[in-house]
Amino acid sequence: MAGGNGAATNGFASGGRQVTFLEAIRQAMFEEMERDPTVLLMGEDVGVYGGAFKTSEGLLERFGWERVIDTPISESAIIGAACGMSYVGLRPICEMQFIDFIVCAFNQITNFLAKGHYLWNAPAPIVIRGPSGGGVHGGPFHSANPEMYFVHTPGLKVIYPSTPYDAKGLLKAAVRDNNPVLFFEHKFLYRRIKGEVPAEDYTVPIGKSVVRREGRHLTILSYAAMMHASLEAADALAKEGIEAEVIDLRTLLPLDEESILSSVKKTNKCLVVHEDTKTGGIAGEIAALLCEKAFSDLDGPLVRVTALDTPVPYAPTLEEYFLPNAKKVFAAAKELARY
Amino acid sequence: MKKSMPRELTRQQYLDLYYYMRLNRAVEETMVKLFRQNKIVGGLYSSLGQEAISVGTCYALEKKDWIAPMIRNIGALLVKGVPPRDIFMQHMAKYDSPTKGRDGTSHFGDLDNLHIVSPISMLGDLIPVMAGVAIGGRYLGQKIVAMTWIGDGGSSTGVFHEGLNFAAAQKAAFVLILENNLWAYSTPVGRQVPLENLADRATGYGMDSYIVDGNNVVAVYKTAREAVERARAGEGPILIEAKTFRRLGHAQHDPAEYVPKEMRAYWEARDPIALYEKFLTGEKLLDAPVKKEIDERLETLLEAEREFAENSPMPPPEFAEGGVYCTGDDCHKIQARWERPIAEVTPPKSSVKAVWTVPGFGSGKGSGGVDAAIHFGDAPAVMDKPANNGRSAKAAAKPAAKTAPKKAKAAAAGASRKARR
Repeated sequence: MAGGNGAATNGFASGGRQVTFLEAIRQAMFEEMERDPTVLLMGEDVGVYGGAFKTSEGLLERFGWERVIDTPISESAIIGAACGMSYVGLRPICEMQFIDFIVCAFNQITNFLAKGHYLWNAPAPIVIRGPSGGGVHGGPFHSANPEMYFVHTPGLKVIYPSTPYDAKGLLKAAVRDNNPVLFFEHKFLYRRIKGEVPAEDYTVPIGKSVVRREGRHLTILSYAAMMHASLEAADALAKEGIEAEVIDLRTLLPLDEESILSSVKKTNKCLVVHEDTKTGGIAGEIAALLCEKAFSDLDGPLVRVTALDTPVPYAPTLEEYFLPNAKKVFAAAKELARY
Repeated sequence: MKKSMPRELTRQQYLDLYYYMRLNRAVEETMVKLFRQNKIVGGLYSSLGQEAISVGTCYALEKKDWIAPMIRNIGALLVKGVPPRDIFMQHMAKYDSPTKGRDGTSHFGDLDNLHIVSPISMLGDLIPVMAGVAIGGRYLGQKIVAMTWIGDGGSSTGVFHEGLNFAAAQKAAFVLILENNLWAYSTPVGRQVPLENLADRATGYGMDSYIVDGNNVVAVYKTAREAVERARAGEGPILIEAKTFRRLGHAQHDPAEYVPKEMRAYWEARDPIALYEKFLTGEKLLDAPVKKEIDERLETLLEAEREFAENSPMPPPEFAEGGVYCTGDDCHKIQARWERPIAEVTPPKSSVKAVWTVPGFGSGKGSGGVDAAIHFGDAPAVMDKPANNGRSAKAAAKPAAKTAPKKAKAAAAGASRKARR
């Protein structure tokens, strides 16, 4: 029933072919808005302009001013208003023009949205999404990975996909979820990554990781852009006889503990790769999880390959040094495999 | 500032206002007793002397309308229909309370029946939330008004500004009651805000506003009634500044010795309930037998409600777990109540041209355009600056003219106004 039937969809690609990461997100919003009139989109420049990255291009033309709302530059008001809309039964999608600006609405998200259901049984079916991550020389305020501020907040769900298929399926699942969901879109992937998406309606379950590559010597856990660096490293490792199992976490909250534990129990070694800074990153949480539940299965230390504990620097030389990459993953994995 | 229109109330309405103010005060007096008996778990806030505001404003709403009360708006909860036992139990952290002990004070809500949104302690956050309720309600075709309250202190938060600006830009059916009780904890309003009238804040958002004596319940009610009707009619959000005084400290622990004695004496002589009793007696709307009947009714009610609350158990410790996410059967059912044809908001009817219309300019290409150049139209470009004389609120609150000639005329008028200055 979604916007699959090509002709009437304003140039929206129906599924069943190779699409970019960005197009997958656009399709997800389009199809969910077609499917359910309670779904709205609001954010800065999402309407006439179609979003700073064009993720909402064409939505205003099709769904009109009431469902695609160009807002003032007021992140707190966007999230607050979305919360109020959800109380009357709507399912707003809020775009943060760059996910860095999500912290401007920190109070609304962590105190209003996240606590509502626990405190007074008020669900807030809201999706907050936006472009995140570095590697595009956006500098310290347009490259952030602020996911862990929110992973620390009970009541939220946090998704960070790495493929067009997952981006579309998880965004659709997020829209249909009855809880506030934060959906991070790594902007490095927007136009660089293409993948097949099915023609028919589908969702990807929130809270489930996926094995991207099977292996037996060590487990590499990653997500978003670093997923691709990890896979590249795994290819190089294979050439040296090291078979890494690569798992894409996809959802950071709730974390798929079961899959992490079962892989580590098989490989006995674990490397976590994330683009977020090191201290307080998800790797620390995974280390604690393994200590609690798989201590005797570990044959080596949990190793982290992450960004530096600094703001994201602007100059390409600095940013490249700051970010993890396939080479760094390869080196760390090789070291870990020797245990 | 508009002067409120005289509007007659029925005898029953006059007496309702009286009853709810008395109930508000009696509920809070009961809680002071419970507090002194150590039966209140956390802090206890008071709206002593401010009852006319909570009661008069909420009484102006219809059943379908939405409220989000703050800690000094127990009266609004009572007018909406919350039983006093719920308020007692919230403060006592009882298991039968609306939040089952997970939160206290007036921090609870009711989405389905009473349409109450729970506050959080961070001030101002309810403003965009209630703007969203109003915008969402309008989208669904419901003719609802959303109302919330803020203090003089809360009016300095960033989200107050963001919320009001967004509400005004969206012409949301939203009414904000700004209770200026002269004190934000220990800081007097003059040290927080360099304005005589906090209603002037509305001007900055192109909103209309009123100033009302917050200790005169009839004036509060009539002003709120007019604001609610105008908001419902689509005139956009409205701010009402109610001038009053916080008679007690920030909460029970605070003796408020920083308040000058003369100031306290001035306001104690203007107790809203005493003033109203005098008015009602003078108008022969209230006499000794009726008053006695109300006294007895309140006493009986609150005795029973307090007893129920005291007998309610504390939540079992393990209830701390769970309920963080909305899953399965324990989740509130989410349903949109449509009161307009859904076809209006779905394609093809919803389809529009993705262009902003700018008066004096032609339109650029849509978002699909490669080079969406804005080109000059036929009308002369008027680069008039908005009149910044603090008197533009009323004009801005009116819907902008739809057609180009009218727009040009409005702009020309703006220019001539500017020339005069």
